[in-house]
Formats: sequence, C-alpha cells, structure tokens
Amino acid sequence: MPDPSFLFAQALSGLTVAMFLFLIASGLSLIFGVLRVLNFAHGSFYMLGAYLAWQFVQWVGTGPGRFWWAAAGAAAGIAVLGGLVERLLLRHLYGKDELYQLLFTYALVLILSDVAKVAWGTGQLSVSRPPGLDGAVRLAGTVVPYYNLFILLLGPAIAVAFWVVLYRTRAGRLIRAAALDREMLGALGTDVNRLYTGVFVLGSFLAGLGGALVTPVKTIVPGMDVEIIVEAFIVVVIGGLGSFWGTFLGALVYGQVLSFGILVIPRFSIFSVFALMAVVLILRPWGLLGRPLR
Amino acid sequence: MLEVRDLRKSFAGFQAVAGVSFSVARGEIAAIIGPNGAGKTTLFNLVTGHVRPDAGTVTLKGRDITGLPPHAVCRLGMGRSFQRTNIFPRLTVFQNVQAAFISHRGRGRDLWTPVDRLYRAETEAVLASIGLLDRAGEMSGFLSHGARKQLELGLALASEPDLLLLDEPTAGMSATETRETIDLVSRIAGERGLTLLFTEHDMDVVFSIARRVTVLHQGSVIAEGPPAAVRADAEVRRVYLGERR
Amino acid sequence: MSRLRRVPWGGLALAAALAVPAFGSRFYTFVATDVVILALFAVSLNLLLGYTGLVSFGHAAYFAIGAYTCGILMKKAAVPFALAWPAGGLLAAALALVFGFFCVRLTKIYFAMLTLAFAQIVWAICFKWNDVTGGEQGMPEVPYPELAWMARLPGLGDLRTSDHFYLLTVVLVGLCLGILRRIVGSPFGRILTTIRENPERAEFIGVDVRRYELVAFVIAGGFAGLAGALFGIFNRGVFPDFAYWPKSSEALIMTLLGGMGHFWGPAVGALVLLVLNQQITAYTEYWPFVLGTILIVLLFAFPGGIVGALDAAARRLGRRR
Repeated sequence: MPDPSFLFAQALSGLTVAMFLFLIASGLSLIFGVLRVLNFAHGSFYMLGAYLAWQFVQWVGTGPGRFWWAAAGAAAGIAVLGGLVERLLLRHLYGKDELYQLLFTYALVLILSDVAKVAWGTGQLSVSRPPGLDGAVRLAGTVVPYYNLFILLLGPAIAVAFWVVLYRTRAGRLIRAAALDREMLGALGTDVNRLYTGVFVLGSFLAGLGGALVTPVKTIVPGMDVEIIVEAFIVVVIGGLGSFWGTFLGALVYGQVLSFGILVIPRFSIFSVFALMAVVLILRPWGLLGRPLR
Repeated sequence: MLEVRDLRKSFAGFQAVAGVSFSVARGEIAAIIGPNGAGKTTLFNLVTGHVRPDAGTVTLKGRDITGLPPHAVCRLGMGRSFQRTNIFPRLTVFQNVQAAFISHRGRGRDLWTPVDRLYRAETEAVLASIGLLDRAGEMSGFLSHGARKQLELGLALASEPDLLLLDEPTAGMSATETRETIDLVSRIAGERGLTLLFTEHDMDVVFSIARRVTVLHQGSVIAEGPPAAVRADAEVRRVYLGERR
Repeated sequence: MSRLRRVPWGGLALAAALAVPAFGSRFYTFVATDVVILALFAVSLNLLLGYTGLVSFGHAAYFAIGAYTCGILMKKAAVPFALAWPAGGLLAAALALVFGFFCVRLTKIYFAMLTLAFAQIVWAICFKWNDVTGGEQGMPEVPYPELAWMARLPGLGDLRTSDHFYLLTVVLVGLCLGILRRIVGSPFGRILTTIRENPERAEFIGVDVRRYELVAFVIAGGFAGLAGALFGIFNRGVFPDFAYWPKSSEALIMTLLGGMGHFWGPAVGALVLLVLNQQITAYTEYWPFVLGTILIVLLFAFPGGIVGALDAAARRLGRRR
C-alpha cells in the first residue's frame, strides 16, 4: 500500500499540472468553440509568453512585485500578437476549407519556434519564483511550494471569472451565441469580425499568461510549444471541444492520469496519453461534456 | 408503392411529426402540402432514411424500410431531390449524373476500368431528358440556380427510382421556370412510369398535377384526398387563411 | 481540354527519372531516390486528401509500419526483398484497416485528431518496444536487397549499388503510381470524388460513404507502407521518427505545395520541397521558418499548389488564343 503522503503529493502535483493546462486549454477551447479553428499555434503563444516573461524579468529586475508586471506584460504582448495574426492573416482564410486554417496555424508554429530560437537561443532559461511566494509549506507529510498553492487557487479563480464573463455579461452572451450560430448572429447586426478578433485575443492572452506563470516552475526550452499543444489537445478532447466546464474537467482528469499513470505503467506513459485520446475519440468524440456535433 | 404508418419524430421535446399516415399508389402523383413548420421536410427525411423515426413504419413496395440508412433506401428504388440544391460542384454536369449511374449499377467496386466513357449512353439520355445535354461538360458549381435544379432532378433520375421524392422542386423559381420544371417533371414521370411524391408551397403547381394531396399541419395530417376536395375542406382553408393569395 | 493535359507527363517523368544515374553523381542519385520514394508517400496521402476529402494527420504511421516490417524481416529473418517489400505494404494496409474502421466513423476535425492519435501510438510503440523495433535507437543497418542480378542487365553493369537500388525504386514506384493512377481514374475513384464534394448527396445516390472511405484509407495506407519499406532501405536504417508528426506534416505540405487537385501534384511537391530543403539547409538552420513562410504563401496565394497554378495559367493562355 503506497504511502498516503506520497499519494497526496502525486495528486497535488497532478492538480497543479491540471491548473496550468486548464489555463492554456481554455483558450484553445474558446477559440475552437467560436471560430471553429483548432489553433496549433496556441502552444507557440504559450512558449512565447514564457520567453517574454523571462525577457521582462531581465529588464525590470526581480524586486517585489516585478514578476507580476513581467507576467502581465508578457500576456498582454501575446494578446497583441494574437490580435495581429487574426486580423491580418487568419481572417482571410475563414471562407476556405478548414484544412487551410489548420495548416496556417501549423505554419505559424514553424515560424514562431524559429523566431524564438533567433531571439533567445536554444539553451534553457529559467525565472526564479517571485519574492513573497518563494517559500514552501508542509502539508500532509509533503512539502508544497507557495507558488504551486498560488497556481492551485488561481485555476479555479480563473474558471469562475471566465464563467462570470461567459454567462453574466453581454460580451459573454455574444460569444456563446457565436459558438452556436455565427450566421444568425451576423444577421442580427453584431460585428462578427470584431467578435472573432476579440475571442482570438482573449484566447491568446490566456496562453501567454499560462506561459508567463509557468516560468518559475518549469525551465523554458525550445520544444515546449509542441509538448504543451499536445497536452492541451488531449485535455480539450477529453473534456469536449468547445465546452467550458469540459475543459476544466478534462484538465483535472488528465492531470491525475499523468500523475498516476506514470506509476502504474512507467514504460508506456507516452503511449497511454495518446491511447487515452484515441479511446475518447472512438467511444465519445464529443468528450465528457461537449455537444454531439457531427 | 409507399406506405407510411403512424410516423412520429420529436426533436428535443418538440414534436415535428406526430403520427402521420398516408400511402401513395404506384404511378400516382401525390403532393404533401402545409404551412411552414408543418413538418414536411422532417417527414421526407424520415421516409428517406436521413432521420430515424421515434415510432411508426415506412414501407416501400411492400418492404419495411423504417430506419434504413439513406444509401440503402436509395438502392431499393427511392430517389430524392433536395430543396437546397445538393450537387457535386467540382464535377462536370456529365460526371454528376454518371456518378449516380455508377453507384446505382453497383459499379463502384470497379477499381480498374477507366471511367470516362462509362455509362455514356445512359447519362446522355438522362441529360437530354432534363435538357442539360448541351452543357454536359460544364462545371456544375457554376450553373445557374434553375440549371442546378434540373441537375438535381437528373441525379435523382439516374438512380432509376420507382418512387421519386421531390422536396419543393420549384422553390425560388420564376413563373416561367416553374412551368417548365413542372412540365418536365410530369413528362418524365409519364415516360418512365414513375411514382411521384412532392412537397410544395406553390398551390397552382400542386393542383395542376397532383392526383392526391395530403395536408400537414403541426405534424399531423388534417386532410387528404383529390385536390378539389382538399381545396374545399374547411379545416384546410382555416389553416391556410392568410397564406392563400 | 487544355493542351497541357495531352502531354504524357507520366512517361516523361519516368524517362527523366531513369536518366538520373547517367549523370554519375552519387548526390543526384541520392536526392532522386529520396524524391521518388516520398512522391509515392505523398501521392498515397492525396488519395485521401485530394480525392476523398479526408484530412489525415497520421499518414506517417503506415509509412513507419511498412519500413519496420520490411526492415525487420530483412535484417532479423533474412527474408529476401521480393517478399519483405510487399509484406511491408500488406501489414501497413492491415493496420490501416483497423485504425481506419474507427476513424471513418468521425468527421472533419475529429477524424484528423484520431488519425494523429493513432500515429502517435504507433510512434510510441516503435519508441518503446526495444526487443522488436530497437526502441529509441531504431534499427540501423538494414541490409540492401540482393542486387547483383542488376549488374548483369545490359547497360547497367558499371553503375554503383546505390544506382541499382535507385533504378529498382523507380520501377517499383512507377508501378505503384501507375496502379494508383488507374484506381483514381476508375469508377471507384469517381465515387470518391463525390464523397469529397458532397458526402450527404453521395449517400443519396446510394453510396455507402463509410465503406468507400475505409477502402480508400486502406489503399492509401498500403501504398504508404510500400513507400516506407523502400525508405527504410534507402535510409540504411529504420527509426521511430518515421511515424512522428513531422513526417505526416511533410507529406501534407508536399501535397499542398504540388497541388491536391491533380494526380501528379504531390509528386511535384515532393521534388520541389526536397530540393528546396537541400538548398536552404545548406545556408541556414532556420528551415522551419522558411517552410512556414512557404506554407503561408501557398495558403493565401496558391491554394491549388504549383500544378494548380500552372494549370490555371495554361488555361488562361489557351483562352487568349
């Protein structure tokens, strides 16, 4: 019988991973739900968010509160990037076959990954934890860094904020309407173009924020874009493409599968991750909470 | 030819078709009419297999086809043309109809024969009867609306059906086009001994060629019979009040 | 009918391909072998993409299966190439049947994601199954087929082994492409295009869409496996990344670059992409950046690919006369 504090540590680690993933996957799911585009470049935005945060930290230093400015700045920067991409490029592909949009986002991945390499090299970078959150606490027999606790609280906070925006504001209502029937919405006089840009900007902001906030916990390396997009995909598939709470649930499920899966079948952790995605797609393609759309 | 018994279908609590029964005899021309939202298209979808009914049966030539998928229903002799033109845009007019023959004659399994001249005679015959022979080489995506409808009809005919379902065949047409289409349809039906079942909004069309009219309202049949009787029916007049010109 | 269409492109390409060893350059032969094999890979993908309208993100899985099957049989069981090569194709087709059965029940993005998931599973198995596939290290030193008989053929005596293998590849790939061309021009191929254009309507001319898609999937997978088997030998080794996403995306890009709307499009795409790759990686390590830019230009300006653009230009010229 494994040690309970060990189980707790694994579960907690799974939850932390889940919260990060939720942050990123929610943006992906939002963009897919409204624009019907599966944005491969979402992982690249995440990676660039991390690099930007590192860069800002180099510039503003590590004094109290500086990290948060850097993170906010990075997220804003990525939001702007997302807006430009959508407005100038992606928009012109909407009428065309879905394949074109997918390949476009893939092309972005290629381009952005090299941009990052040129700007920041191929080495590993890291950011130290912000002062104030750099300690740790003993919980149930295991050591939990304050920063991780912060993330654990942030996840649900963002989920709630998201929910409030989607269900309690006019903008949110428009977003949900666009996800259901964009033609109708356009016919009703809403500027669908601006809505799309707005959604893409919001999604990109979340990706950038996720990348920025992950820097004290993970080293920044090239390749983190591909790693995260795969995980975000799986989360979104499990939860249901386009479903908000589905993404949250999917993140939770995946986080635990990752944590405990490695213990149970260590040799096949990569395999089990994709096997999980395949199983969900075969049995229930619309995920746990998505709508059966065909 | 076709017998429909007590068909029912609900979508998320809304009853689109609530116990509809009717039959169409071989060689007959029958119409289903009713105001918007009466359930005509859903009824068609149920009969052709695009949608599974919640209850009830559909029998074609004595055989139960309830719940069979569209391609199976098609093989058993039912053809359908769609309300929104539904063709193969990047194939030529010829290729569109030819494809229907290929599928209908079971030749789709052939992975070897060059396809260009296959079923040429039959395809050209159908194109001639719908009046598109001179446009056989044109890309069907570029056809005008009226020509597309003709092609639609051609696709349905190429499946050599015994029963042809036409979903609002003259929707969106001018008076001349409507007359042409109706002449075409009744001529072809006569030539080939087809049984025809169609839905329509244009009452002139319905009353000019249908032998038998079924009136649908809110998912149920409210009247049925020869056009003159239906026209005189009080219930039908009430339902259509305000919709008749 | 544009004049261009009457030109026997296939014959010309074959003649050109056969002439390469005459240059006597090891490098040319090397690049040409690569191009010819990947052309088959890309054309097999186009059966799904351009003809049936199915976007597969995991076509490399079958490429890898073919490579591993042929490589394992030849290296570990000393099976002659004449048997190992078709075996590669058959096993790939068998796997395509299993995977395809599940994939064709989904549409669009879900279909694409499941093909990707399956490909990654294949990759993970190749990566981890050390005993059979050599795991992460792969299987280096896959033996060359027995080619001494080729030296006895007229005119081929003084060519290198790599040239012999190249010529064999050209013949085999030519055969495969010929078969694919026939399939695409058959009634079956015509039905596939109806599925691409309008799957709903295809159902209503009596087409069992899922069954046709599955057959197309199996054929495409089989030929991808045959290409992979050749590649494993050419590459002197079979490695897990044959199944990895970049391999699948490479095929997609070649198909798009050359043009999905024409049979020879992907082959042209393979040639152009590989040559570009050679030239550009000689100058810079930022090939992904270049590739991404090319892709974007294609998507916005030349959706029909190279062959599509040429065809449109030829048609315009033809009209002006």
